[in-house]
Amino acid sequence: MEFTDEQVLRYSRHIILPEVGGKGQARIANAKVFIVGAGGLGCPVGYYLTAAGVGTIALVDNDNVEISNLQRQIAHSVNTIGMPKVESAKRTFEGLNPDVNVIALRQRISKDDIIDLIKDYDVVVDGSDNFPTRYLVNDACVMAKKPLVSGAILRFEGQVTTIMPGEGPCYRCLFEEPPPPGLVPSCQEAGVLGVLPGVIGGLQATEVLKLILGKGEVLKGELLIYNALKTTFRKVKVPKNPHCPLCGENPTITELIDYNEGYCAMQ
Amino acid sequence: MEEITPDKKINIKGLVCPYTFVKAKLAIESMDVGQVLEILLDYEEASRSIPKSMEDHGQKVLKVEKINDTDWILQIRKDRD
Repeated sequence: MEFTDEQVLRYSRHIILPEVGGKGQARIANAKVFIVGAGGLGCPVGYYLTAAGVGTIALVDNDNVEISNLQRQIAHSVNTIGMPKVESAKRTFEGLNPDVNVIALRQRISKDDIIDLIKDYDVVVDGSDNFPTRYLVNDACVMAKKPLVSGAILRFEGQVTTIMPGEGPCYRCLFEEPPPPGLVPSCQEAGVLGVLPGVIGGLQATEVLKLILGKGEVLKGELLIYNALKTTFRKVKVPKNPHCPLCGENPTITELIDYNEGYCAMQ
Repeated sequence: MEEITPDKKINIKGLVCPYTFVKAKLAIESMDVGQVLEILLDYEEASRSIPKSMEDHGQKVLKVEKINDTDWILQIRKDRD
């Protein structure tokens, strides 16, 4: 890949790194990343991947920007209140780096379209805020064999793991089924420290770049848990579950499921 | 000493760090192992930093020569892909 003079300047701190170089930067430029959610996690993930020069970034989200989002969703602003979040984020990302093709998908995702939506992408990022979406994205990525970088936040605690279908455990190896509606509070009910998605989203973006570059080690078979109040990082080993209903030896889930009943805040 | 004919030459006069090394690195990445890159530069610090960085990246510095009041010539052999 031939870089323009401007690109040489823009990506110089990447090109200098032995693990990246011009070849790695070209891989980043050719990469396609699909981000579920343009909220607390999707904003920093998309922001940093845009800065890094990821060639194509798709964002899917059905919500509009509200003032209560601005405490943590850093791609939006007072100027985009009322606008679809994906359009607001697209505007911000395009202002940061015109090399990046941002695809804004203002819609809900469902079992009927998710496989088709992610099929042309190299990596999927889950930045959703609800269990129906989290399980749908996990199941679709396992079925489509797409690497998935999953993140979650609540109050002062966040989690990250990277699911490598066929190689490591999936989300259902850890928690077979979503919790019943109402058992686990949402961010809306329980609150979230505004910078927490920045930390977790930053970790997710780092995982994505390592997957694109093929360098380092990702959180395969590991759940990283960050506690912002204590400032601790804990890594928990997650073994592949041979009885996993999705990726185990005798899977019982062979088609996608929309867990809509009783859940609010669908993506 | 035997003169080496470079396989590729770049002129990075006018550039300062870190772009001097960025340009040199991009040039050497595009070459094959065993080939020699010749770099013409006029930023004194880069006459020291490029050879050091190239060695850190596993390449072989064959020549560092001040050719006049303002310019240096470096020759680097690509030893590692």
